[in-house]
Amino acid sequence: MSPLPHVVSRRSVVAGTGALVLSFALSRHAFAQQPQEPQNVGEEPRKPIPQPGSLKSAPRLDAWIRVDADGRVTVFTGKAELGQGIKTALLQIAAEQLDVPVGALTLVTADTARTANEGYTAGSHSMQDSGTAILHASAQVRALLVAAAAQRLGVPAEQLRTGDGRISAPDGRSLGYGEVVTAEMLQADAAPQSPLKDPARRTVMGRPVRRVDIPAKVTGGEAYVQDMRLDGMVHGRIVRPPSPGARLRDVDAAAVERLPGVLEVVRNGSFLGVVAEREWPCIQAMRRLAALAQWEGHSDFPDAATIDQTVLKLPSQNTDILNTQHMGTPQGRRFEASFTRPYQMHGSIGPSCAIAHATAEGLTVWTHSQGVYPLRGALAEMLQLAPDKIRCVHVEGSGCYGHNGADDVAADAALLALAVPNRPVRVQWMREDEHRYEPYGPAMVAKLSAVLDQGRIVDWTHDVWSNTHSTRPGAAGNLLAALYLQRPFMPPPPVPLPQPEGGGDRNAIPLYKLPRGRVTHHFIPDMPLRVSALRSLGAYVNVFAIETFMDELAAAAGIDPVTFRLNHLEDSRGRDVITTAAEKFGWSRPRDKRPGTGRGFGFARYKNLGAYTAVALDVTVDRDSGAVRVTRVVAAVDSGDAVNPDGIRNQIEGAILQSTSWTLYEAVGFDRETITSRSWADYPILRFDGVPDPVEVHILDRPGQPFLGTGESGQGPTGAAIANAVADATGVRLRDLPLNRERVRTALGPAPAARAG
Amino acid sequence: MRFLKVLFVLVLCGGLLFGGFLVYAHHAPIETAAPPAADTFDAATIARGAELAAMGNCNSCHTVEGGPALAGGRALETPFGTIHGSNITPDADTGIGRWSKAAFSRAMREGVDRDGNHLYPAFPYDHFTKLSDEDVDALYAYVMTRTPVRAPTPENDLVFPLGFRPLLAGWKLLFFRPGRFAPDNVARDETNHGAYLVEALAHCGACHTPRNTLGAEERSAHFAGGTSDGWIAPALDHKNPAPVPWTQESLARYLRSGFDRHHGAASGPMIEVARNLSRVPEQDVAAMARYVASVMGEPAPERAEKGRALVATLESGRTPVQTTGSSAPGGSAVPDPIYAGACGGCHDAERGAIDALPLSLATAARLESPQNLLHAVLEGVHPRNPKAAALMPSFDGALTDEQIARLADYVRTEIAGEPAWRDVAGTLAKIRKGAASGSGESTK
Amino acid sequence: MITLTVNGRSHEVDADPATPLLYVLRDDLGLHAAKYGCGFGQCGACTVMVDGRAVFSCVTPIAALPGRQIKTVEGLGTIEDPGPMQRGFIEAQAAQCGYCIPGMMMRAQALLEQNPAASEQDIRDHLALNLCRCGTHMRILDAVKRAAALMRSARGPDAGTTVATDGAAR
Repeated sequence: MSPLPHVVSRRSVVAGTGALVLSFALSRHAFAQQPQEPQNVGEEPRKPIPQPGSLKSAPRLDAWIRVDADGRVTVFTGKAELGQGIKTALLQIAAEQLDVPVGALTLVTADTARTANEGYTAGSHSMQDSGTAILHASAQVRALLVAAAAQRLGVPAEQLRTGDGRISAPDGRSLGYGEVVTAEMLQADAAPQSPLKDPARRTVMGRPVRRVDIPAKVTGGEAYVQDMRLDGMVHGRIVRPPSPGARLRDVDAAAVERLPGVLEVVRNGSFLGVVAEREWPCIQAMRRLAALAQWEGHSDFPDAATIDQTVLKLPSQNTDILNTQHMGTPQGRRFEASFTRPYQMHGSIGPSCAIAHATAEGLTVWTHSQGVYPLRGALAEMLQLAPDKIRCVHVEGSGCYGHNGADDVAADAALLALAVPNRPVRVQWMREDEHRYEPYGPAMVAKLSAVLDQGRIVDWTHDVWSNTHSTRPGAAGNLLAALYLQRPFMPPPPVPLPQPEGGGDRNAIPLYKLPRGRVTHHFIPDMPLRVSALRSLGAYVNVFAIETFMDELAAAAGIDPVTFRLNHLEDSRGRDVITTAAEKFGWSRPRDKRPGTGRGFGFARYKNLGAYTAVALDVTVDRDSGAVRVTRVVAAVDSGDAVNPDGIRNQIEGAILQSTSWTLYEAVGFDRETITSRSWADYPILRFDGVPDPVEVHILDRPGQPFLGTGESGQGPTGAAIANAVADATGVRLRDLPLNRERVRTALGPAPAARAG
Repeated sequence: MRFLKVLFVLVLCGGLLFGGFLVYAHHAPIETAAPPAADTFDAATIARGAELAAMGNCNSCHTVEGGPALAGGRALETPFGTIHGSNITPDADTGIGRWSKAAFSRAMREGVDRDGNHLYPAFPYDHFTKLSDEDVDALYAYVMTRTPVRAPTPENDLVFPLGFRPLLAGWKLLFFRPGRFAPDNVARDETNHGAYLVEALAHCGACHTPRNTLGAEERSAHFAGGTSDGWIAPALDHKNPAPVPWTQESLARYLRSGFDRHHGAASGPMIEVARNLSRVPEQDVAAMARYVASVMGEPAPERAEKGRALVATLESGRTPVQTTGSSAPGGSAVPDPIYAGACGGCHDAERGAIDALPLSLATAARLESPQNLLHAVLEGVHPRNPKAAALMPSFDGALTDEQIARLADYVRTEIAGEPAWRDVAGTLAKIRKGAASGSGESTK
Repeated sequence: MITLTVNGRSHEVDADPATPLLYVLRDDLGLHAAKYGCGFGQCGACTVMVDGRAVFSCVTPIAALPGRQIKTVEGLGTIEDPGPMQRGFIEAQAAQCGYCIPGMMMRAQALLEQNPAASEQDIRDHLALNLCRCGTHMRILDAVKRAAALMRSARGPDAGTTVATDGAAR
């Protein structure tokens, strides 16, 4: 039996309510066994401070901060820089609380030999987990240093001042941090309370500090794992099958091994790769090997045109994540709507890359994986090595936006490296590998219904059908290569990610105050295509559905959509974000409504736990071609304590533009046997000709409040705002993503343009 | 004295003739009409009008790339100068908002605008005259329900004396044959339907039939190949040069999707045609393909066999090189390094990761001139959907003109196995001159 | 052996003449700025300048390049002394992951060298050949506009009469 991800039906748990308890129990059990998407399930941050973040799992102070005798201060994080600017923000926190300049700090990021296990850098968790841990650890380390200095100088701690890595007494004497630190001082666990600096006295946090990684990136520095060139390094490439379900029948490896510069053809079952001294000859050898390889069999994909029907028909495990429908019977008019999203890809600009080096001591892997520890575990299982024989070091890669090919290419590199010991092997996927073999964001369907009575929603139901949103490693069976080995590994059974963060059901529970409702997650274990975490998981679809449905209801009630939202929202921070976005956009200003133009609004609090984001935007719709262009965007965001406002702005701008691309253009193409999106020609994304004129982001800073995850918060509100604007422009509601030219043109039809007054 | 008399008579006769000509050339204006209300037309008529407009490629001349639909302004380079597609949105002042159905029909059928001016035959009324009343009505319903756009059409820039429109009456007298489409009673209905769409509406002959010195299609050389926008529009008759003969199926696929794996991607002016045809019913395109295939006729056995052999090599996964020279498959000899590095990564079946056409199958390499190949190298091949990546990037700037010329020569002789083109460099220089005068591609 | 002139320096390269420039820059010359993105000339991550024009180095074989002037991001300035294009990107904080940025910079550089007064629309039109996935487009536009301003001020009022000192505008 094939171990491929599409053949999973035999693992499916019987559908129906009877299976609910079982699946719930199973999922809890599974979480204890292997790390899953939200490593640190966020808690509702009701108390402003303290929030220990990752100190929960790694309480020792020296897991986060080390001070050397020469005064050098090193900050450690188990999180990774993904282009979201986390390095800079974490350094700002440490610099602020330690009173050391940012430039004097060294930051070590995710490395199984050096940093704490913080799981994955995912789910907009870095600031909440690592940021919070570093905030508290830094403040406590400073206090310990000051206390030690107080003793040495014979001056009460309250009279000492810190700055620039030194502690000064009122009489002018001073000590450097290196002079007072002792070997044991930081080996202590963090205390429950931290002497945090008064937000009013901050000089680094809350300031738009320039990103520490940008100068190297714009001057040709060795900025990415793709750029690393180790001594003696050689190059590897993998021959992927023509269809994910194909098996290698035969290949004339010797013909390729004879080519000049080729070191090794590696074949293990249907896993086929080649190692060569230089990169271009390696690619040529891989092409030759691909031409010689004979494959048999293929995947049996469903029809792409009716994937939404397939999603609804697959067996599902159904869980009510909210049910208050026992209360009363709703009176009023009922509305229903159904929303779909196709498979969409991460589409990193730089194909995934890793370098692996096998020596007698063990295996070192340089990787842009989002989780170095879980990757280590998966590699250990696949290679049958003890985890402590493997070191995974995070090095930046191209932006990933979730679980892309990063872990898979690390497995590829490891397999090749074991075949050529003592030579570091660099493997980079080809563009077509990345397009065809990354795990996609799953196809989803959401069906909503609501009862409206006198302008208010009195009943609400939301059913969402989805695959899992995490097949991240932890287990060997989550690594692409492992599925093709002579002795293949099985992907572990997928489990739903639990609420409150959720997976396919992320953000399915509206933040709005609704008297009565039911929200059901229909979790589908069978995966027709290999899928995993894509930025914001199910929140993109659920927010898209909720927020466009809110507009439909507002229109039915004859109420302005922004007012309608405010009428149903009690959360004061949410209200602030909505009113700020509306005001800055000029929502209530009278407007000249020209045909083919429209405006839309979208709002959500990410996971109902993270940042609040509201987006208002204008579009133009060209009836003839069906082309939609977003012309102006105004967003407001509340990320709690905004450590680096410019970093937040950068993330939100990026979320808006990426979501615009998802919403207007993107769908993975496949036929019944294989993936047909093989390059950017088959998977169009946003280009400069589709970019809005201005994008404004307004930040509602909340100094001293907990950090709220931000990186993924803009995806859903943007998608909804676009669909709402298209409806405003054309009078036609589009509920199937993407709102591409063909869909818009077909939906509008050639009937005369509405001559709106 | 006598000489003066003769001259006087000649001038008088000339004047009378000219006057008579003007009378002949004269057409009365048709009364303006109030722009029809949106509910004048039923939805089904508008919908069919949209399909007909797509098949008729109205936007190829009447829409600026990226500009408002049918608002005109697109410059058309002809041997006689530059003509601008007019604004045919229902804008009352700058478009055709005040045109009655009769005025619209006269323009389509007779090439005379509402004011009574003759229209240049760049507007293919020599084809549209064959349209049925029903289809003209549907087209009228479609254009009159578009978003009106205020956009004055730029002045044409024609060589003297062609700016004088009454002269067109003479052109019409010589070349224009008004009249409805006459079905071939012997042919099957589908072929007739296709013939009607191709000849009356899609006006394929406007590019694929050669034109005489006065710019009229040569009746005797129907579909023998012509030019468009500096590109060669290959022959669609039995002389069609495609290495793998076209079939009804491959034509239909190509016309509707802009791509066929044995013929490659639509490029140049054909891109827009295919984009338009992607929006019309499959059976209409199938009928068009059936008709065009019938004009091409069955390929000669020898040609068919060659085509089959090329396809077989391609399907076997090897590089189908039909060669007299050094680039034999199997890699014993070294192919041209510029070809290998710039083209081979996509176009060689063995190394290609995407469906680029092996150049041994490329029609562009078999034409009498390197024009199309050079255009593709200089401008790239643009996407079917404007938001997608180019199917082929431009190599302008990456390669020098000398390198491009050598590359074209290599593809022609070594890969297509055809005798060398004469004066590739000269053709390239001519294309560049055209680009410099404004008809070329922008960097977009 | 093929001789390539990169950023004004001449290099002897021992590689198959069909090798795309990208691999020679990265693997043989140690110049990392140009990135592999697609290998088809679709994304622009590999963009460099050849004789003042922006080209896709992933599909430009070195056989085409002897005697021609190749310029990469490394030729625009250094981390210690960044050139105007690089300063524009730093000031605008125009990167998220930054992988596409060197290609964006080189295409923008080619535009501004040809047309120092390029409009925003010109910049958008040119950069439409390059893809960014993080959605940094607004900042990239801002960065290029800043770079254009820096180049103009570096060139001074009597532009064109003397050799520019910043090494970028010529």
